[in-house]
Amino acid sequence: MLYLGPAVLVMAAACLYPVVVAFQLAGYDWALGTPWDSARWVGAQNFVSAFTNPRMWSSLLTTLLFAAVCVSAEMVLGIALALALEHPVRGMAFFRTLFILPMMIAPIAVGLAWRYMFDAQFGLINAVLKAVGLSPQTWLADPTLAFIAIVVADIWQWTPFVFIMMIAALAGIDGSVIEAARIDGARWWQQTMRVKLPMVMHVIAITLMMRLIDAFRVLEVVYVLTFGGPGDSTEILSLHIYKTAFIGQQLGVAAAVSVLLLVVVAALSWGALRLSNPMKGEPP
Amino acid sequence: MKRHPGLVAAHYSMLCVLAFLCVAPIVVIFATSLRQQVDIFDSPLNFIFMPTLENYRAVLQDDKLDRYLGNSLFVGLVSTVITLVLGCMAAYGLARFRFKGRTTIAYTTLLLRTVPLAVMAVPVFLIWSEWKLVNSLWGLVLLYVAVNLPFTIWLLYGFVLQVPVELEEAAAIDGCGPLRVFTKVLLPLMAPGLAAASIFTFRIAWNEFILALVLTDRQTRTLPVAASLFITDIGVDWGKVMAMGSLIAIPPLIFTFVAARQIITGLTAGAVKG
Repeated sequence: MLYLGPAVLVMAAACLYPVVVAFQLAGYDWALGTPWDSARWVGAQNFVSAFTNPRMWSSLLTTLLFAAVCVSAEMVLGIALALALEHPVRGMAFFRTLFILPMMIAPIAVGLAWRYMFDAQFGLINAVLKAVGLSPQTWLADPTLAFIAIVVADIWQWTPFVFIMMIAALAGIDGSVIEAARIDGARWWQQTMRVKLPMVMHVIAITLMMRLIDAFRVLEVVYVLTFGGPGDSTEILSLHIYKTAFIGQQLGVAAAVSVLLLVVVAALSWGALRLSNPMKGEPP
Repeated sequence: MKRHPGLVAAHYSMLCVLAFLCVAPIVVIFATSLRQQVDIFDSPLNFIFMPTLENYRAVLQDDKLDRYLGNSLFVGLVSTVITLVLGCMAAYGLARFRFKGRTTIAYTTLLLRTVPLAVMAVPVFLIWSEWKLVNSLWGLVLLYVAVNLPFTIWLLYGFVLQVPVELEEAAAIDGCGPLRVFTKVLLPLMAPGLAAASIFTFRIAWNEFILALVLTDRQTRTLPVAASLFITDIGVDWGKVMAMGSLIAIPPLIFTFVAARQIITGLTAGAVKG
């Protein structure tokens, strides 16, 4: 096809091909800085070393915990705020503009801002703690607190996304349905739980999938904020891949872990696609 | 239905608190970039200080940041233009024609949207080395076009579908060639979609860090990579780093204030109708 040709060619060469090569590389022993010709085929060896590495498992666990905590907090907060603030008011467009700022700014800048705020010596957060009489914390030097820090940064960045999706969905509900429920004597809580939320369940499901997919792709904010530390307490899977490849110099093993991450994300994407297919209802 | 004034007041105060939470960390970036080194050691709650542009002067002159700023602008703008042209064509082809392999292409594109960039880092490093594209800005452009096309195609696909075919046919009967039908009929109607697509593409190309880190050197670094190199174990020169952070944050901030509506269209596309 004349129209699709160029786009398909570019995507195949620079997006699909690298993914295929990731699978291929997972079977080779290849050290960083050596020519590709010196790489050796080692079969499943890389998967064995990746999966027997306790650091990989703790990284996988950290990633799952990170995704679970962040996404559930963002969903609950975003939906609750949208329900509280769905009533259209003057100036909402301006507030919405401010709300999308956290997700438009570079993740690197987001990481910098939070690293500075969590800084033990100069940070805003410790200064506020001191001002209200609480003891300051060494946020980024303590495994639990550092994990809380990356969760806080993610919640700050992405709760507005859930909020905006939900506001848009709630605005799309036919007002007469709510009116009918009200006349039938449904109280606010019943209207919300029995009428409104079921009517936007589709959007909730898609938003949840989109957030989950993105939670597994997070890398840059954590790179700047903690670089996985202290120890490996905040080393999420994507950061683990980067470190294995470009610091540990084991490209093959990194590719093997990449395949694992890819499978997780692909499964989630497939689910998202089932929920929201832009080609739905078209003749094949 | 009139709402109780107290309820309205509560509504606005809640919006203000949320807005404050969203904006505060961004304000911190800019405020810190305007502080002198001595003031940074002062309490961060001390909001009164003599603003200085010294940090900006230092990063632009001493640290050759002007070069990285140029790299970032080049990569961002060129990737955006190419992505839009290719994306427009592909969206049009997908929406208007039925051909063999259409569904395969469509579904592959949809799935490629979500590939984690960390997964691509290792293979891209190998492939780009083979193709002699490492340390070249065009290498980055190729990559950013490829990773942005899936989203762009699907966003624009929705917009093409909304344009009735009859409109194109009418223009064709009136004597418009295919190119003029495209530019005079379709493009104006797709303008909001194009705006959203260009903002999202530019944002990724401008903000992207991990692949740029792997694929660039001293000459071809982009701003986010340069900023990350300022964080060392010995300590962080916060004034300078935040000056870079501000430079990185400015274009997305401008876009957001100019085109918030189009951005929200892009964010909610597919999931929420209307």
